[in-house]
Amino acid sequence: MPGRCIHAGRASAKAEHGTMPVRATTDAEKGRRFRDAALSHLDDVYTLARYLLRDPSDAEDAVQECYLRALKHFDSYRGPAMKPWLFAILRNVCRAEFSRRASSPSGTIDEVTEKAEQAPLWREAQQTPESEMVRDSDASTIRRLVAALDQPFRETFVLREIHNLSYREIADVAEVPVGTVMSRLARARAMLRTAWMAEEEQPK
Amino acid sequence: MTCEEAEILVHALIDGELDAGHARQVEDHLAGCSRCAAQLAAYREMSKSVARADLGYTAPAALRRRIEATLPEVRAPNRRAVLRGFALGSAVSAIAATGLVAVILRTDDHARVKSEMVSAHLRSLQAGHLTDVLSTDQHTVKPWFSGKLDVAPPVVDLTAQGFTLIGGRLDYVDAHAIGAIVYRRRLHVINLFVSQTAGTEHRPARIESFQGFNIRSWSEGGLNYWAVSDLAADELAEFGEKFEAAMRSSTTG
Repeated sequence: MPGRCIHAGRASAKAEHGTMPVRATTDAEKGRRFRDAALSHLDDVYTLARYLLRDPSDAEDAVQECYLRALKHFDSYRGPAMKPWLFAILRNVCRAEFSRRASSPSGTIDEVTEKAEQAPLWREAQQTPESEMVRDSDASTIRRLVAALDQPFRETFVLREIHNLSYREIADVAEVPVGTVMSRLARARAMLRTAWMAEEEQPK
Repeated sequence: MTCEEAEILVHALIDGELDAGHARQVEDHLAGCSRCAAQLAAYREMSKSVARADLGYTAPAALRRRIEATLPEVRAPNRRAVLRGFALGSAVSAIAATGLVAVILRTDDHARVKSEMVSAHLRSLQAGHLTDVLSTDQHTVKPWFSGKLDVAPPVVDLTAQGFTLIGGRLDYVDAHAIGAIVYRRRLHVINLFVSQTAGTEHRPARIESFQGFNIRSWSEGGLNYWAVSDLAADELAEFGEKFEAAMRSSTTG
């Protein structure tokens, strides 16, 4: 291209620097970069852990393990965005905890999931008048209602409504097709709305 | 479109996840179905209520401290860094065994080192990281390096030649501490990285471009030099020539 400005090359090189993984030259440098890139998402990772595990101290343990694994694999990290990457690691950490809990007498998580996913969606929808709006509730009430959702619906709902992930990102984190994300989210919202309405009808 | 399909798709519509074609189909259905339209409004309102409630948690400070404690700290090279240094190759081990000071850079690592030099240059441009010792006086900058490196890099004043000395910095390239002398030409920063090398032969300069930066590298008197800058290649060449000329006159004179 005639007259191509040499500064264009420099500008793009600088722009690249923000996303391009630069090989850590020392451990200290790596630590500094990890702190900037990953530790800034600590509240988000902790929030997801709280909703996935529904127990504050289990959540702390899982988050710490998540960051240990993330640091270990940080050199080979090439994307996706940092937040979904951390979420995927956290989810793998939580899976061990899920299977431990699944051995409890209340039945396996998979069984619960299967039953819930096979039930037709209209069951929840018909229980509530379609035009009725939920009223604003305090955060602790909504947290409790979200926490009461079954695991796959809770996870999908939290990733979408609290962490603002796209369907594609949720699908990657949860390792399911985008279509499944869509139907789980529809069901999660239907169940939450039903529970929310019931909550409002209860005498205070 | 049936109500059953719409029941799922209204959520994708709320979340802005539908392409134009599907969004249109859902909207067409909603226009003729008051029940589904009411659902859309109700769910949209619920999403807003959820967003307003701010359902996130704040990580406990103790958890943050525990995680930070697991991160590598800024400190003397630990065992891993030392091992990585040895992993540079048999040349290093062989020379270390003969009691010579360790070679810092092997020439066949050229491409990788080039990329690290540019990374180091980029890091130095980040706020507050350009110089550890800020001085336009070469007699301040050179002694500053003594004791921090195995060999203090030569520092020459090129202000008269149009390149202002602004200071020096310790940097890490390839897991080794090396000296960086910082010059400025107008608004352009030049990082001159200096490291020891096994050979004492003179290697003539070569100019390369990497990620939009120019690099002039040469060897002289047992030292490798790498000048990295966003200066145009001819100006960086001029810098290198002036530097080499000043070095020659200081050693012969």
